[in-house]
Amino acid sequence: MEYFIQQLVNGLTLGSIYGLIAIGYTMVYGIIGMINFAHGDIFMLGGFAALITFLVLTSVFVGLPVVILLLVMIAAAMLTASLWNWTIEKVAYRPLRGSFRLAPLITAIGMSIALSNFIQVTQGPRNKPIPPMVSSVYNVFGIAISLKQLIIMFLTVTLLAVFWYIVNKTSLGRAQRATEQDRKMAALLGIDVDRTISVTFIMGASLAAVAGTMYLMYYGVTVFTDGFIPGVKAFTAAVLGGIGSLPGAVLGGLLIGLIESLWSAYFTIDYKDVATFSILAIVLIFKPSGILGRPEVEKV
Amino acid sequence: MSITTNTNESAGGNLTARALREGIFAGIVALGLFVLFVGLETTQNIRNELVLNQRWGLLAIFVIIAAVGRFLTVAYFQPSMAARKAAASKTAVDTEESFFKRNFSKIAIAALLIYPPLMVMLFGVQGSLKWVDNFGIQILIYVMLAWGLNIVVGLAGLLDLGYVAFYAVGAYSYALLSQQFGFSFWLLLPLAGILAAFWGMILGFPVLRLKGDYLAIVTLAFGEIIRLVLINWTEVTRGTFGVSGIPKASVFGIWSFDVSAPNNFAKAFGLPMSSAYYKIFLFYLILALALLTAYVTIRLRRMPIGRAWEALREDEIACRSLGINTVTTKLTAFSIGAMFGGFAGSFFAVRQGFVSPESFVFLESAIILAIVVLGGMGSLVGIAVAAVVMVGGTELLREMTFLKAVFGPDFTPELYRMLIFGLAMVVVMVWKPRGFVGSREPTAFLRERKAVSGSFTKEGHG
Repeated sequence: MEYFIQQLVNGLTLGSIYGLIAIGYTMVYGIIGMINFAHGDIFMLGGFAALITFLVLTSVFVGLPVVILLLVMIAAAMLTASLWNWTIEKVAYRPLRGSFRLAPLITAIGMSIALSNFIQVTQGPRNKPIPPMVSSVYNVFGIAISLKQLIIMFLTVTLLAVFWYIVNKTSLGRAQRATEQDRKMAALLGIDVDRTISVTFIMGASLAAVAGTMYLMYYGVTVFTDGFIPGVKAFTAAVLGGIGSLPGAVLGGLLIGLIESLWSAYFTIDYKDVATFSILAIVLIFKPSGILGRPEVEKV
Repeated sequence: MSITTNTNESAGGNLTARALREGIFAGIVALGLFVLFVGLETTQNIRNELVLNQRWGLLAIFVIIAAVGRFLTVAYFQPSMAARKAAASKTAVDTEESFFKRNFSKIAIAALLIYPPLMVMLFGVQGSLKWVDNFGIQILIYVMLAWGLNIVVGLAGLLDLGYVAFYAVGAYSYALLSQQFGFSFWLLLPLAGILAAFWGMILGFPVLRLKGDYLAIVTLAFGEIIRLVLINWTEVTRGTFGVSGIPKASVFGIWSFDVSAPNNFAKAFGLPMSSAYYKIFLFYLILALALLTAYVTIRLRRMPIGRAWEALREDEIACRSLGINTVTTKLTAFSIGAMFGGFAGSFFAVRQGFVSPESFVFLESAIILAIVVLGGMGSLVGIAVAAVVMVGGTELLREMTFLKAVFGPDFTPELYRMLIFGLAMVVVMVWKPRGFVGSREPTAFLRERKAVSGSFTKEGHG
């Protein structure tokens, strides 16, 4: 039983990270109907930005409190990743908006290849380990919960609250939802559609950057290929929860994290990615609208 | 949002001021983008700790290029493009196609047939290896794969991101069956195709209801599953170590390329021993396989099944209303596309003599799909041109040793191969969303054949 709960905690931690990435996929898909294939690499880019900021801070200010260190890392990662995603949207996706559906997917794949290779070229192909930042572990009724895991879950919940507020209560969120429903009508009613889409990309990227920072802190290592597998898993999470739905993305992320850690714990660790990919296929085949998504109506 | 301000204002001073503003803005953006990744480099020191290496000069170059580039684009390039566009729309006359253009495919095939002897003449028997193997065979494999995928994506409009799975099935079926049972290449080539087609059917069946992006993601998942199984099922596939020592192909069993065999090709003709003959034989083999793919595609497009594919691509609902069985139509597209992937896979195994899951990563699928889309989906010539440009171009980077003189001795052009490939995908797509060949010849027409501009067709929905 304790083993099970231990795995549950590990799975929820991993799931929080997937959930944060999945929000970016789901928001972009909701608003312009494209799979932003480069989103996983934005997550990786965020991790690298955090890594470099960490190295700068630790070499310039020795003995900085961990809280400040983490906050600055998150801020730097969010800023850098947002700027990248904003630029990519402007340069690679916007000219193709109105083109046939495959076009933005192809540029997104091209961007994904370019981004991971850009990091390989500029930062080198090797694993980048950092010394552990927070190492305290609490023992609650025989279950080991590390401070890292608590930080990740706390940050995820906080960010979700903030994002839920932005999307549901502010005029920006209203513009986003309007654009999602009908872009042309939203434009006629005076919403700056281009700006709204840009903001969506920035929001998605900043969440992915937080996830990247958390991933770096949790595993203590990052590498330029890190974007692909977590990216596909997060996309699976978005689909599982129902693409276009924010709570769905988080729910899907948590489920994928749980499935992955329980599968590794009780079956074989070799096939844990196969399990995730199979879930993706099964969900799409039997319930393409996901758990919380609205079914798509086919119009003739 | 100063970048998107209206482009209509064209008064001279105004334009320069705007260009200057946007140039500075682009410089600031570039600074933000690159300050962490280019300005600082993470490297391991002797104690294996990460340390930072500062590269502010390189960062300055990046920023200046961005700023000056944006300034020149806004100030000179965009106005001249607008002027040319206005001029072009006034004088749109259709010109008679030149002799070269009309007979392009015949000339290309003839050139390919004389390509290996030409290389032997130019660079000698050993010197031709690089040009025949690295360029010729490599590009032709991609041409064949792209033509195979074209049946699924270009003709039937089904977006497949896991095509490399069938390539893997073909390669592993040749590698394992030839080692276990000692079957020859000529027996296993069709068998590999049949097995791959069978897998195409198995994977195609559950995804019949899916469309567009969803279909793409599920096929991606299937491709990854097959790769992960190849890695983890070590008893059969030997995991990441791969299968090595795969037997070579022979010229229909008459001449062999094994050095010790009595009927060795070089011995039979009294030639000096060289691996180049095998490569030249492989070149003609893949050329024949690729041309077979093209021939089958062209013939199929004239048959009811090909017409059904194209109808399916244009409008699935109309297709169903007209009584076309979409299930069999989709499945045949999947399995025939997969079959050619399987052929190419078994050829790949024969050529390398070694297969491992490393060769069948998602990136390969992405490259093949990119070639199909950049070639202008459905156009065989366009796809071949795209394969030459994308694969040959990046392959050429390996040869550019003179760049070392410019950027210093540490400069390795190979590193930039995939970076440039990715950027080229983006640039070509933004510049020509319809691919290199943006129009297509209809197969069914009334009295007069009229090419349809790519912008009138919509594909990739199914």
